Amino acid sequence: MKKIKWSKTTGKNTMTYGLVILAYVVLQLFGAAGLMSSSLKGMLIPICAYVAMAISLNLTVGVLGELSLGHAGFMSVGAFCGTSTAILLQNAVPSAPLRLAISLVMGALFAAVVGFLIGIPVLRLRGDYLAIVTLAFGEIIKSIFNNLYLGVDSHGLHVSLLSDRTNLAEGGSLIIGGPMGIGGIQKIATFTAGFVLIMVTLVVVFNLVNSRAGRAIMAIRDNRIAAESIGLNITKYKMMAFVTSAALAGAAGALFAMNYSTVVANKFDFNTSILVLVFVVLGGQGNMLGSIIAAAALTILPEALREYADYRMLVYAIILILVMLATNNPTLKSWLDRLKSGRRKAKEAI
Amino acid sequence: MEAVLKVEDINVYYGSIHAIKGISFEVNQGEIVTLIGANGAGKSTTLNTIAGLLNSHTGAIQFMGENLGKIAAHKIVSKGLALVPEGRRIFLQMTVQENLEMGAYTNRGDLREDIEKVYGYFPRLKERYKQIGGTLSGGEQQMLAMGRALMSRPKVIMLDEPSMGLAPILVEEIFNIIQNLHQSGTTILLVEQNAQAALSVADRGYVLETGKIVLSGTGAELLGAPEIKKAYLGG
Repeated sequence: MKKIKWSKTTGKNTMTYGLVILAYVVLQLFGAAGLMSSSLKGMLIPICAYVAMAISLNLTVGVLGELSLGHAGFMSVGAFCGTSTAILLQNAVPSAPLRLAISLVMGALFAAVVGFLIGIPVLRLRGDYLAIVTLAFGEIIKSIFNNLYLGVDSHGLHVSLLSDRTNLAEGGSLIIGGPMGIGGIQKIATFTAGFVLIMVTLVVVFNLVNSRAGRAIMAIRDNRIAAESIGLNITKYKMMAFVTSAALAGAAGALFAMNYSTVVANKFDFNTSILVLVFVVLGGQGNMLGSIIAAAALTILPEALREYADYRMLVYAIILILVMLATNNPTLKSWLDRLKSGRRKAKEAI
Repeated sequence: MEAVLKVEDINVYYGSIHAIKGISFEVNQGEIVTLIGANGAGKSTTLNTIAGLLNSHTGAIQFMGENLGKIAAHKIVSKGLALVPEGRRIFLQMTVQENLEMGAYTNRGDLREDIEKVYGYFPRLKERYKQIGGTLSGGEQQMLAMGRALMSRPKVIMLDEPSMGLAPILVEEIFNIIQNLHQSGTTILLVEQNAQAALSVADRGYVLETGKIVLSGTGAELLGAPEIKKAYLGG
């Protein structure tokens, strides 16, 4: 019991870290050698943001075992709060990387607060009901940002809802302009920042999952009644996972937004939530490396297959159905198992 | 004798359904007390209320002189009151040993000693300590659920239908273990449909019918009572 085991999970986590670092190094070398197409270069930061999103959603869906359909909402909170912070600090903090870091932290903080507030009602629900209510909260967040006006002038911050009543004094500027979102963003997000964000996300998630609290979270997923009967504080541990997940999504949203010159609330709609959920389901629930690969592949593929863009959603649907069949259909499953064990036996024979 | 667990006039509702209608009973130190009754009599509801999973509108639940009324379910376990829920709720993806370790979540004592103690009661679990919970037989899962509850070092253990869905030989084995636990000084509150088995090990028993206690007495008295014979033991 006492000795530290090089367990299967430790090995897998190390491999995940290793592959992410390797991918970063290879992509940097490619970029330096000029081997990367400009379209791929432009996608690196969104890929990083989506990878972080997928890992964070996997914490809710795969580890906590609750289906959340509003994850883009937290991304939205992070994007708007993070970007606003960056704009406000433009003069105060001249160093772009530092400003970016502060913005990501602010985005994460605000998303965590929103996650906590949403978690209070949502985590009392189970299964389908939880999914429906998270979907609704995602839409509510979208509506709020579509109607939020935030301006700054010499008197400080001005906020108004529904219409622009900020009445800015001379020299003031509107940061969030309702449905127009935030414009004139300095693109301070970098690929390296994205890589750091993914690494931080992985460290947070792996450490949480392998901790005492993580054991409790997974116990709640496996059997809520049993977890309750051994004296686990269900609400506390569910909230811990949900808020962590929201915070990481907020940071990812902030990074995502600062890669573009404008950000609007409609970017973070139900489709984005589903897109991230697709990454998680395709990569395997609870499997972080799978999420990373799925997020990267499914962000690149639509671009690479741009000429067949009309069929993209069709292919998505078919892939999802196939994955479900492969993991849940008993006949297919036993066939895959036989295939695997056959290969193993062949290896042993050699 | 001193009552470790005292339930006074509790009323529990599921929405508009009045499930428990003013039940009072007590469990003394070192006793096996059983609640028997048909389906829907309110046996499990009573246990879940004591464990804090449901709330009573009236009355009080006293455990070691402390009122449990407003205490959250997860804190009750660390006070020494453990519930083995109905239908052997074990962690199917974890091994036997990991299930037991989870049981000690609220207890920061010597894990190894506690596990050995549990294996002492359930040698079968020791044989299978590395096996995944979901691959155990029904009887073994029940043993695991009981063992896991013991890991929190409870002063009183509440068993919700441990014989449910088990073959007669396994029921006998489970009841032997219940008696072993009793002999080593554990206080047990046992809910059962199998009235015969429950009453023959119990010091005292209460009979529940549609949310009310209709009869109480020692195990032997109840076994001999004509109305019990007629209603539960088949003539």
